[in-house]
Order: sequence, then C-alpha cells, then structure tokens
Amino acid sequence: MSDATIVLIVMTVGTFALKSAGPLVLGDRTLPLRVQQVVDLLPAALLAALTIASTVGDGRAVVLDARLVGLVVAGVALWRRLPFVVVVLLASAATALTRIIS
Amino acid sequence: MNELDDAARKRAIHRQSASIVASVAPFGIVFGAAAATAGLSLVQAMGFSLLVFGGSSQFAAVEILGDGGSIASAAIAGLLLNARSLAFGVIMAPALFGTWWQRAAMSQLMIDESTAVGTAQTERRWRRYGYLVAGVGVFVVWNLTTFVGHVAFAGAGDLITDLGLDAAGPAAFLALLWPRLSIAPQRRVAIAGAVIALALIPLAPPGVPILASMFGVAVAQIGARRRPGDDASVSDPGVSS
Repeated sequence: MSDATIVLIVMTVGTFALKSAGPLVLGDRTLPLRVQQVVDLLPAALLAALTIASTVGDGRAVVLDARLVGLVVAGVALWRRLPFVVVVLLASAATALTRIIS
Repeated sequence: MNELDDAARKRAIHRQSASIVASVAPFGIVFGAAAATAGLSLVQAMGFSLLVFGGSSQFAAVEILGDGGSIASAAIAGLLLNARSLAFGVIMAPALFGTWWQRAAMSQLMIDESTAVGTAQTERRWRRYGYLVAGVGVFVVWNLTTFVGHVAFAGAGDLITDLGLDAAGPAAFLALLWPRLSIAPQRRVAIAGAVIALALIPLAPPGVPILASMFGVAVAQIGARRRPGDDASVSDPGVSS
C-alpha cells in the first residue's frame, strides 16, 4: 500500500470521527470554551505554516525562487479583494513570467 | 408558515449556496492538479475528495506527501486542519435531526461552507435545509473539479513549473488564511506559526515544521493575555442564531 493510500485511510476515518462526533454523540452539549478557542486558532497557524513551507520549502532547504514572486502577487490580489480563481491565476502567471525572464 | 414564505426562504438559501458552490470549483481544479503533481493516482485523488472531503486538509496532506514528508506528519497535519469540524458538529447537531444513520450521513457534509449556510438560517429546519443544499452542492462540484484537475495535469511535471502552477498551492493557502489575518488574535497565531515553520524547515524532515506550527497557538496566547478585549472567533458561525 502506498503512503498516500495509508494517509487517505487514516484521514478518512479520523475526519469522519471529527465530523460526526457532534451529531452522533454530543447532541446539545457544547465544547469547553478553552477547547473551542484552540480549535478556532489552530487553522491560522497551520495555514500560515503551509503557505511558508510550500513557497520557500524544498525538502530540508529554504529556497527563494520564482514561487515567492507568485506569493507576493497573490497577496496583492487578495488585498485588492479579487476572487480566488484570479488570485491563483495571477500568482501562477507571475511565477511563470519570472522563470522566463530570469 | 405559509407556502410563499417557504418558497422565498428556499430561494434565498439556493442563492447563498450557489455563490459558495461556484467559488469552490477553481479550488477543486487546483487540488486535482496538486495531487497529480505530488504523484497521487486519480483513484487516490478522488478518494481524498470523496471520503475525506475537507479542502484545506486535503491540500496539506498532498503537499506534505509530495515534499517527501512522512505518513504520520501528512495525516496528523490533515486531521488538525479538520479539528474545527468537531466544533461545527457541535453547533449543527441540534439541526441535524434524524435517525442515527441519517445523522451520520449528514455529518460527511460537515465543512466550512455547509456550516456557514446552515448557521446563517434562524429556524432549525432551515438550518438543516441550508446545510444540506450547500453541502451537497459543494460535494458534487468539489469531486467533479478534482477529477478535471487531475486528468488535465497528470504526468505534466514540466508543464506545471512552466505555467507557474507550483505557485498555485501557496496562493491557495494564503487565500484560505487571508480572512483570518484581519482578526488580531488569529493574525498573531498565523505569524507565530509562519516563523516556527520557517525556522524548522532546514532542521526537520518535511511535514514536521507544519505540525510544529500549531505551537504558534500557545506562543501567541502569551501576547493575547495582555489584550483581553480581542475576539478570537472566526469559525463560530453561530452569531446569527
């Protein structure tokens, strides 16, 4: 079994447990406030880390390349409130263009 | 409640759901392409979209796998990103009435979009209706676009860098993070997470820096304690109830 298949199985079971715990087990009870706050904040840390790792990470090295130009362009596009598809296309185009001219 | 009111309520829910469902489509294409780039087969990519069905967690797992990260770090990072489903489930539970297998089936649709549309309604049965309409809509579109993205870009490694599509992942993560950056406690956690990840990339195997970033929540709490007035909540959509 490939690594991806094992990850798929673990995430399928784990995610379904997370999704169904409320409707199947907890009913009307609520999570403790502290737990709720941590659950609320976790995605911010993880998404920021994923942004950084996928932009400058290359295995165990930090590599500054054309992807960084794409990320900056994406940031400007988001700041201008452009839709998701435009943000991704502009970031890709900027990265491709940087590779052509460098 | 007369029929006219019901029809108007349904139309409003359909409108809300349609725009959300449409916004998911490009994201699904990017996921399909990212999965192909990371070396996942079409069956594996579709497996993620059908069975896991959680956008950012799928991206995270595929990104870590593609970068040579371990099974554990890919799965744990993916599951941590889905931890908020637990909170969504608690919020939505009263509206998702039915037999246990109906509740289990509805739980599979527990994502940001379905919870947002569901909790935007005031009555229990409309919460359930909104949740189901948005959830089913996103599920169908997400899976169709995953398929298209994978088929269009499988085996096109050079094409992906030539077209700059390796910047699509970073742009997508930043877009997901963006709404949180305008909320002070969320922004502090994001900065802490980013710094931790950057510092650990040269030191730890791929995936570990992303897992370690969750300690950014604890690091940012030290700063947050001095600002008790902040509202940390973004993913609690229950405010309109």
